Amino acid sequence: MAAVSLVRCERGFARDAAPDWMRQELRTGTTIMAVEFDGGVVIGADSRTTTGAYIANRVTDKLTPIHERIFCCRSGSAADTQAISDAVTYQLGFHSIELDEPPLVQTAANLFREMCYRYREELMAGIIVAGWDKRRGGQVYTVPVGGMLTRQPVSVGGSGSSYIYGYVDSNYRAHMSKEECLQFTAQALSLAMERDGSSGGVVRLAVISEHGVERRVVAGNQLPSFSAI
Amino acid sequence: KMLNCSTQYEMPNAGFSFDNSRRNAVLEEGLSEKGYSAPKARKTGTTIAGIIFKDGVILGADTRATDDMVVADKNCMKIHYIAPNIYCCGAGVAADAEITTQMMSSNIELHSLSTGRPPLVVTVTRQLKQMLFRYQGHIGCSVIVGGVDVNGPQLYSVFPHGSYDKLPFLTMGSGAAAAISVFEDRYKANMELEEAKQLVRDAIAAGIFCDLGSGSNVDLCVITEKGAEYLRAYDEPAKKGQRGGKYTYKPGTTPVLAKTVTPLTLDIVEESVQAMDTQ
Repeated sequence: MAAVSLVRCERGFARDAAPDWMRQELRTGTTIMAVEFDGGVVIGADSRTTTGAYIANRVTDKLTPIHERIFCCRSGSAADTQAISDAVTYQLGFHSIELDEPPLVQTAANLFREMCYRYREELMAGIIVAGWDKRRGGQVYTVPVGGMLTRQPVSVGGSGSSYIYGYVDSNYRAHMSKEECLQFTAQALSLAMERDGSSGGVVRLAVISEHGVERRVVAGNQLPSFSAI
Repeated sequence: KMLNCSTQYEMPNAGFSFDNSRRNAVLEEGLSEKGYSAPKARKTGTTIAGIIFKDGVILGADTRATDDMVVADKNCMKIHYIAPNIYCCGAGVAADAEITTQMMSSNIELHSLSTGRPPLVVTVTRQLKQMLFRYQGHIGCSVIVGGVDVNGPQLYSVFPHGSYDKLPFLTMGSGAAAAISVFEDRYKANMELEEAKQLVRDAIAAGIFCDLGSGSNVDLCVITEKGAEYLRAYDEPAKKGQRGGKYTYKPGTTPVLAKTVTPLTLDIVEESVQAMDTQ
């Protein structure tokens, strides 16, 4: 009852002098990607956060550390994904201390899935969980909107992913090296950022392996270009 | 023996009480049937900004509070105190911003006493975003949290739905687009104090002139390791101008060409006396 009344009150003072984008939720209209290679994973994301048509943050870091060698790539609602990441970081950290061992990527992915599925009606979150652990090496798990969980050798997500399925399907080969994966990811993200209005800024990359995490940033003018037009 | 009170104090349930929302909804419906509209919540159509400079953080805000299309307060304070080394600019619904920042200030003081350490800017941000996320955006409060602590100068923006960003320069409110253009053009890392103050002043001025919801004066708050300096009305770019000439005319300026007098015969129909309420 209270919830219904609130919605009706919102209508009263929502209509005001402030522009439309002020009242909208922040979305990471995004392109995110993760690729497994022998020895680890390469993850990448664009850096744009939008409220409607205004870019609230043009240098967002959507690659969020969950544990020392486990990251997640966030897409969807900024608030929802930040809150979920914080909750999972806490849960995983606690679990790792109890176990007295570095946690498995599969565990992290399951924690995300548990939250995204249970609260699927209230949340708008598309997450790719990627990392390295001793048992299975580099792994990529995708938890799209709705709360499904599946492991894939390469996964793309976010609004910009629609534009690069063709590129990814045709250019992915198994057993690529780390450098090849980085190239592949950077190129795919550039293509998506070129075509998707909600993706842009810089390309953030990270390599997660047994040796740790290596982060890179590719600025706008250094992105690979494809078309002559 | 304890004295018994005639009325027992009933502890309210924890959290916000939404009873008044139901009352407001009924009132709004009733009023709109008669053709009136309910009073709108005062929203600070605002320009707020913050930058990190060489020695710390500078926060800036305009001072106009609007009630729909009318200026409700020409000189309100949008930079709120959280801790001696942390201040917060609030935009969005005025009441929400005011109360939320007061709650944060109170919690942070208790937390600081508990830990025995000066408060951290991240703590304020975390408590703020966790609370706003819990209320799923119904608390319409957008804030810029800025301060200097053991980790150095920091600047965070928190949106009503509970997302946050950590950046070297930020703007929020309805005038954000106007202000960010100034920052994008002239911001450099490690600026000197005077240059940085001028930049924030210019950004807020851009909001004041180019956004209808922002206006009046520029307030600044400079926070460094040594403490915070609140510069109320640092600049008044939109001061009302002095009238240049006189527009009154001397009697006799317009020549009278002809004069006709028509007396109106009026009859007193009804006479009633209404006493004025002078108490």
